[in-house]
Amino acid sequence: MSEYEVLRLIWWAVLGVLLIGIAVMDGFDLGTAMLLPWAGRTDLERRVVINTVGPVWEGNQVWLILGGGAIFAAWPPLYAVAFSGFYLAMLLLLLALILRPVGFKFRSKLADRRWRSVWDGALCAGGLVPALVFGVAFGNVLQGVPFRFDDTLRVTYEGSFFGLFNPFALLAGLVSVSMLLLHGAAWLACKTEGSIAARARSAGTAAGLALVVLFLAAGAWVTQLPAHRLVGAVMTDGPSNPLSKQVTLLPGGLMANYAAAPVLWAAPALAVLAALVSVLVLRNGRHAVIAFLCSGLAVAGVIATAGLSLFPFLLPSSADPVSSLTVWDASSSRVTLLIMAVVTALLLPVVLAYTAWVYRMLRGKVTTDSVLRDPHGVY
Amino acid sequence: MDVVDLSRLQFGLTAMYHFLFVPLTLGLAVLLAIMESVYVTTGRTIWRDMTKFWGTLFGINFAMGVATGITMEFQFGTNWAYYSHYVGDVFGAPLAIEGLMAFFLEATFVGLFFFGWNRLTKIQHLFCTCMVALGTNLSALWILIANGWMQYPVGAQFNLDTMRMEVTDFFAVVFNPVAQAKFVHTVSAGYVTGAMFVLSISAFYLLRGRNRPLALRSMTVAASFGLAAALSVVVLGDESGYTAGENQKMKIAAIEAMWHTEPAPASFTVIGLPDQQARETRYAIQVPYVLGLIATRSLDGEVTGITELVDQARQKIASGMKAYAAMQVLRRDRGDAAARATFDAHVGDLGYALLLKRYAPTFTDATPAMIDAAAWDTVPAVLPLFFSFRVMVGLGFYFIALFGLVFWRASIRRLEAWRPLLHVCLWSLPLPWIAAELGWYVAEGGRQPWTIDGVLPTFLSASTLTTAQAMISLAGFVLLYTTLAVVDVFLMVRTVRHGPEALEPPPVMPVLTPRAAE
Repeated sequence: MSEYEVLRLIWWAVLGVLLIGIAVMDGFDLGTAMLLPWAGRTDLERRVVINTVGPVWEGNQVWLILGGGAIFAAWPPLYAVAFSGFYLAMLLLLLALILRPVGFKFRSKLADRRWRSVWDGALCAGGLVPALVFGVAFGNVLQGVPFRFDDTLRVTYEGSFFGLFNPFALLAGLVSVSMLLLHGAAWLACKTEGSIAARARSAGTAAGLALVVLFLAAGAWVTQLPAHRLVGAVMTDGPSNPLSKQVTLLPGGLMANYAAAPVLWAAPALAVLAALVSVLVLRNGRHAVIAFLCSGLAVAGVIATAGLSLFPFLLPSSADPVSSLTVWDASSSRVTLLIMAVVTALLLPVVLAYTAWVYRMLRGKVTTDSVLRDPHGVY
Repeated sequence: MDVVDLSRLQFGLTAMYHFLFVPLTLGLAVLLAIMESVYVTTGRTIWRDMTKFWGTLFGINFAMGVATGITMEFQFGTNWAYYSHYVGDVFGAPLAIEGLMAFFLEATFVGLFFFGWNRLTKIQHLFCTCMVALGTNLSALWILIANGWMQYPVGAQFNLDTMRMEVTDFFAVVFNPVAQAKFVHTVSAGYVTGAMFVLSISAFYLLRGRNRPLALRSMTVAASFGLAAALSVVVLGDESGYTAGENQKMKIAAIEAMWHTEPAPASFTVIGLPDQQARETRYAIQVPYVLGLIATRSLDGEVTGITELVDQARQKIASGMKAYAAMQVLRRDRGDAAARATFDAHVGDLGYALLLKRYAPTFTDATPAMIDAAAWDTVPAVLPLFFSFRVMVGLGFYFIALFGLVFWRASIRRLEAWRPLLHVCLWSLPLPWIAAELGWYVAEGGRQPWTIDGVLPTFLSASTLTTAQAMISLAGFVLLYTTLAVVDVFLMVRTVRHGPEALEPPPVMPVLTPRAAE
């Protein structure tokens, strides 16, 4: 294997780690925000729910920012095609994400009922819309997206906004929503007590079971989807120009990698088993931390399943198969991949270390008492 | 308006909106670290209360900065897809490093800044505050490295196989002189903004005769910090960096409305009315020698005029067309040695040829008139640059004077004795924002017609969108941002009016720390 090929594989793995990082870290506060109106019945209970993520959601959201930046740096064509192609969906995502920082910060500044319920709604939507859009985006990527490059590598997207919300993509969106609901519920079960925790546990149970059913249904559907496969000699360390490859459409092509390497079945198995264990632990009522760890593993399993079935494709094109982006023709240059790999290897452990310290300092449950004790210091 | 104009408008609006919050975050974060350091070293609780009070305002502002920052990171992809493809190999790296090195730092520790007062030791909390300040500054550094590369694209080369710019020397990108100058200038401007914010609100309290201990101390800190920052922003103003790049030369010439090269050292036009059509400046009042001294830091350095720079651009377009023609040959036959030699000799000017695409998409029918028009396109809008720059510089000197005066009154402990000064401080509140926005406009408006100076014209950089899409997103941003701006100002004013005393926990509640409760 050449150095460039190895770097591309490393960055494919990093892309997966970042997507899982977004869904695990930012995912639990998105899930918590979605659960806000149901987990917290009174204003005080809602403040408890908000304050379980209050000190950490900002750091969590950086996973999303970093995800965007890393795709820009390591996979520029993917960044260009996905972000401009899903234009209005991206706008929806952005507007929802913009509501979150201000929602958290502003909500409890006024003791006015209407003010607070408006921001509660904004926070809930700020959790639901990103969860849904991410899932719908994944659903479309698995089916292929209608875009093509001209010979100057300018991309044109030929689909429509409503075309994104096709049945399979909506199913994928529901997988994503139920996955983050489970994850958020498990977090709430860890960080709260009494009736809030009880509601979180039952919401988590329902979401976890829904996740398993929807994930299996999506899996069955995927076996029927036609998918692109590379044909002919594949140059793995050539220049990043998508237009110099040959592609064919294969029925059930997304299963090809699993047939070639059965060990990959570990990913979907992890998703299902971890979700079920998480549900069982939540039902049991104790050791909610284990439920949270398992919901995190389920998230990792779901995302890994999608990524592994696409490999080596990153973004297949349904309009012009040759324009499809793959690991071998959509990366940055060797120099950039190398520099970014070194920088990531140096900095990411530092980030993880101080993130762990911050979570350690914030350990313990958030209660109605702790909110009342410092009403201006917390959200 | 077409998609490019709408995308420019949207990017400009969202960037300038984001930049309302960034300078204050930069300045306040450092001021918070200073105040809390005094608390930790002296143990006087008034300094802790100051940190908490200014920290509350910092929090409201920080939330807005984060909310509007996400848009910036995504907008390159949504609206500038060809730009992202063309320069992502170079431009994406500093953005990703910003997330990893800086934004993680500030966003992770900012939670403990607000929620950690009862959970951390004094030293631990001060550490968090310092990490937030460090994170915000590192964030500015990496963003300005990315932006500096747009102004002066060093360390990269066009790759024929991938049809994009690729990194050849990453250290040149990081240690770009334009980026370094911009960083110091921008961060100092942020410090001035933070200092003015604290100064004005403290003056408000003193005028009302309330919260005097907090206001007097805050004002003293703000005046000394602000004076240092205001000196730095002017002395280390980034005009020196402008001479580095070719388009930077054009930017200087446009800012100064210098239509023709003058014998060195050039004179400085204090005021006048630039007329882009006639290519002259009416009613100009000039001071001899000054521009040459400022721009070249020498007596014999020449400042090139707009007309002469356009002549150079015309030659570069001709050279770029040779590279473009050779590129077409090479794409059919990679082995053509003559075409390869021509391409390598002229590839540096390829971007100038792209300017022609507006007039002659295939280049084959390019007339001298078209080349002339494309060459004149390299001149940005002179009039707004000319005035923006002058107002910004005027404000810069005003800040030095004001902070200097307040610093002197504070050091003789006579801050409250002369009320007009307090009024001036209060009403100066919006000025740093005006200066910062104008500075942003000078830097980015002066970069036109390029997104990447000399490499990629703006009109080629946009995504292939429909006008409807671009209008929907523009309307969405304007609507949401306007609403949030109203709410933000409302909460800021409310927090200031209620003052620090409103932040005290209610006295009846048992004050137990979670640690003690365990």
